[in-house]
Amino acid sequence: MLRLFVSLNARFAHQRGRTALSVAGIALGVALGFAVNLINRAAVDELAAGVRSLAGEADLVVRGGRTGFDEALYVQLARLEGVAAASPVLEAEAGIARSERTIRLVGIDSLRAAQMQPALFADDPARRIELLRPDAVLLSAAAAEQLQLAAGGRLRLVAGLEVVELEVAGVLPASALRGVAALTDVATAQWRLGRIGELNRVDLRLRPGVDRENLRARIAALLPAGVQVGTVETAQDSGAALSRAYRVNLNVLALVALFTGGFLVFSAQALEVTRRRGEHALLRVLGLERRGVAQLVLVEAAAIGAIGSAAGLALGYALAGTALRLAGADLGAGMFRGVAPALEFPVAAALAYFAAGMAIALAGAWLPARDAARAAPAQALKAGDEQRMFARAAWFWPGMALLGAAAALAQAPAVGGIPVFGYLSIACLLIGGILLMPWFSQAALARIAFTSHAPYALALAQLRGAPGQAMVSLAAIVASFSLMVAMAIMVASLRSSVAGWLDAVLPADLYFRTTYAGETGWLEPAFEAQVRALPQVRRAEFFRSGRMTLDPRRPPVALIARDLARDGTALIFPLVGRAYERQAHDPPPAWISEAVADLYGYAPGQRFELPLGGAHHAFVVAGVWRDYLRQHGAIVIERARYVALTGDRRTNDATLWLAPGASAAGAMQALRALPGGDLLEMAAPGEIRDASLRIFDRTFAVTYALEAVAVLVGLFGLSSSVAAIVLSRRREFGMLRHLGMTRAQISSMLAAEGGLLALLGVAAGLALGALISLVLVYVVNRQSFNWGMELHLPYGLLSGLSLLLVALALLTAYVSGREATGMAPVRAVKDDW
Amino acid sequence: MRRREFLAALAAAAIEVRYPAVAPQRALAFPRDHGAHPDYRIEWWYLTGWLRSADGEALGFQITFFRGRPPFDSANPSRFAPRQILLAHAALADPGLGRLRHDQRAARAGLGLAGISEQTTTVWIDDWRLALEGQRYATRIAGRDFALELELAAGAAPLAQGEAGFSRKGRRVSEASYYYSRPRLAVRGTVERGRGRETVSGSAWLDHEWSSTSMAPEASGWDWTGIELADGGALMAFRMRDRQGAAYYAGGTRLWPDGRRRTFGPQEIVFAPVRRWRSPRTAVEYPVAMRVSAGEEHWTLAPLMDDQELDARASSGTIYWEGAVRALQPDAPGRETGRGYLELTGYWKPLQL
Repeated sequence: MLRLFVSLNARFAHQRGRTALSVAGIALGVALGFAVNLINRAAVDELAAGVRSLAGEADLVVRGGRTGFDEALYVQLARLEGVAAASPVLEAEAGIARSERTIRLVGIDSLRAAQMQPALFADDPARRIELLRPDAVLLSAAAAEQLQLAAGGRLRLVAGLEVVELEVAGVLPASALRGVAALTDVATAQWRLGRIGELNRVDLRLRPGVDRENLRARIAALLPAGVQVGTVETAQDSGAALSRAYRVNLNVLALVALFTGGFLVFSAQALEVTRRRGEHALLRVLGLERRGVAQLVLVEAAAIGAIGSAAGLALGYALAGTALRLAGADLGAGMFRGVAPALEFPVAAALAYFAAGMAIALAGAWLPARDAARAAPAQALKAGDEQRMFARAAWFWPGMALLGAAAALAQAPAVGGIPVFGYLSIACLLIGGILLMPWFSQAALARIAFTSHAPYALALAQLRGAPGQAMVSLAAIVASFSLMVAMAIMVASLRSSVAGWLDAVLPADLYFRTTYAGETGWLEPAFEAQVRALPQVRRAEFFRSGRMTLDPRRPPVALIARDLARDGTALIFPLVGRAYERQAHDPPPAWISEAVADLYGYAPGQRFELPLGGAHHAFVVAGVWRDYLRQHGAIVIERARYVALTGDRRTNDATLWLAPGASAAGAMQALRALPGGDLLEMAAPGEIRDASLRIFDRTFAVTYALEAVAVLVGLFGLSSSVAAIVLSRRREFGMLRHLGMTRAQISSMLAAEGGLLALLGVAAGLALGALISLVLVYVVNRQSFNWGMELHLPYGLLSGLSLLLVALALLTAYVSGREATGMAPVRAVKDDW
Repeated sequence: MRRREFLAALAAAAIEVRYPAVAPQRALAFPRDHGAHPDYRIEWWYLTGWLRSADGEALGFQITFFRGRPPFDSANPSRFAPRQILLAHAALADPGLGRLRHDQRAARAGLGLAGISEQTTTVWIDDWRLALEGQRYATRIAGRDFALELELAAGAAPLAQGEAGFSRKGRRVSEASYYYSRPRLAVRGTVERGRGRETVSGSAWLDHEWSSTSMAPEASGWDWTGIELADGGALMAFRMRDRQGAAYYAGGTRLWPDGRRRTFGPQEIVFAPVRRWRSPRTAVEYPVAMRVSAGEEHWTLAPLMDDQELDARASSGTIYWEGAVRALQPDAPGRETGRGYLELTGYWKPLQL
């Protein structure tokens, strides 16, 4: 069999182009999928290792989020019956002075921590004592490399509006501390971060034989509101949950690329089978079994799959390495801050992607193989018997059923934060749409009127009479173009919604905040008073932002306490849906973002509790607002209420409205002149808007890239199949030449055929793409990222793409026609292909 | 302007600590000197002894609490500020097991979880504790695979070592510590070693020592022994070793049952290895059997068992040998003339206090 395959495929060389395209399609799909998998694995492993390297052998971890808890709780926990060791921690994402970077500053008691995380000081126990020195830090290897710091260097961090200088006592090996992090003494952390008496984590190791669940429940009963107890795994999970939806999204895009590759194999094999009909019939006559013919086709597809998958794995590995180096583990999406992953080669995943590549290639060849096997040799030896396979491919009812299923699936909720049914709905739409294409094209073509223009009439007759071959090209066009359209609509909708949202949330003249991203910057009330007293400032609103965990299995939500006008109506954020009219007996209002509404199921008018100042306090949902910034949700409450409940008068951000005649530049200068003002980051709304949209575009850079790949593959597929069809009809052209048609007329005929085909494909692709984009916008994105958005059609882009596709089809058909009619008509008729 | 002041304040954040010097002619005063001396750099309460189980089995035990004052301080108002560091080692020598059961603790004093008293002996780290009430010490230790709960009654006044408690440890006068011992503490209590609570009784030796510079830079470790002699007396002897393993300094005290005592100078104490044992875990070699001479008297110290190595890297950062020994008469090796403990430090790496 193999020898037969090899000898027959000596002619492989002649049509290297099409085979290479199939191989490339599979390779691209596998490469993208594998690269996304590698990057995710690297990032998630690194994230988990980071959590583990600090939590060590802890059996239970008590967490207080960013606000933390009184250190007396640590004493209470350490003395608890059943607790063998307790290790106190005060950690914060600290802003690095005069940079946009942050570092995870972890204040520990090195003596206690050594019991919990032996790995921390395994290579040099003396470090435990070094760390007790006031203001000493030990950097992780990743931090030392990123910040270019070594022992003896100075780490400058922002604390409040001041710079704290810590001395680098050493660099820990990567085996001891992962990520961009610095260890310091818990006393140093408390003092230098202005958090005397506070901790925000206690790691606990239990005595042997103690029932963990029982003790966990006993501890949970002790904890003040907002403080949670869980296992190390809970922390890892919520870390991974941060980016799960994003990662799944990328994986699905990679699957789309793989699917496109499979489609290329299908179209190549279908044409190949048609082209070799005579050859296969001859083999049958010579004694090869039916199965043997099918195997021939499948073996060829398997070879394409194997070569493509192998190339894809290599390409994917290289791609992942480059992406990690250039863009980081989050591919520019900002989700894995402070993580420095290393790339590995996971054998299991590689095998899985190889198998997927093979499977797709074989699946693509399955229909053509079956067709080749079924052909009756006697009939197949005659010419003109090429359309059977495609005639059978006219599945109207299954197609309609799939579309119906897609509509039903789109109504289902997310599973574990992943829009599984949304993705399935898209798959149903795509497959259903393709199945409906034969019916659609016949119905459409039947309605087009004949003209007296011979080439055009011939083209129409050809398409009406022998639609089979054309179906392959048409399906390829629809598959890739509809995905392209769907993505374009989705991204345009999101971008225009974000742009509109930015305009709505940036109503003031000037904004400033303490540090780029750290948790360690804050403004004291005195500073606030100084800002309000500036002559350039007409009105100032200050914000206090923090994070709180409402559900330990979910990432924390942002809590924003902001100054509101007295009547509470001056809310300047974009409310969606109805606002709730607060009743006299209602608790204080809170405004929740769409993500909170989706994830926690809160609705306007509903009461819920927030853990503030160590106790639960009731609030009523006064409205739902749109927020593209905090994917895991944000809750806004009045600052006066926040201060009353927590006693925390510090703030992080401010929004300024300038006095008449004052310039933004002048106000900035005045702010800078205030004590500590040079550490503020200030921006006018325009700058924030531009920066935000830049970040948006960077986040979607990968999406754009994958989309571009899908478009390219689709365009290649289109032109190659058009060319193949044209070449396979040389005998027909010979006949037409004998009947008196000129070469130019034949080329026009072919161009008309290609153009008609492309028009049909574009029309169907636009319709199908619009449907898919509805699922993307209202189901997939909403469920993955909790982003609500308005549908926005990028008309210009869509018409441009449509024109490009039609023009390309016309051009390919015309050029191939010139080539195919280049040989003498007599030879063409004789040509026994 | 403000920033500069702030940075200047920061540079001064770490304050160099000045430890009080150890000087002669400071009479020990009790019960105050039973308590901690937190101004000094280092201090320890060192309890070693032999126990007898209900069925006559001989066991050795060691419980040590260390206190250290880091060489730096700051104005940090945090209750976690590490101004006093406490360490503890505990070990049970059980010939039936053939190696030590041991465990350790380390913590900064503070928040009530670990602490010391300056009034009398009271030192604790979590649930590990040693305290003196009247003439009776009480200690409780719960390790990974053993636990000790003992009461130790002192019959006699503390034995001031060196010159009335001023004990020289090196050739320079500054190389010294304040040091007293309490031999022959009558022990009663319980031991747990994985087979329930066992009642034990025996005799123990307590050392309490504090200093600001206790080891000369030339020294790399020491050999120490405290023996309760069969004649009713006691012997304490030590030598500091230099980097080549030779004696750098030595000292000791012999106490007779009638209360007479003799203090030995550096030339009068000799430690001579008789047999060495190599640890299979760390490959460190210890002279586990020693011939000790104090003046005209000689003893051969033979270990209760060879493997009494203690890996304390997780607390004090060192590995040492601390074991129960029998004192035998050199010319009649079958004859036991005392029981006590032998400590061998600095054989792994030069010791750093």
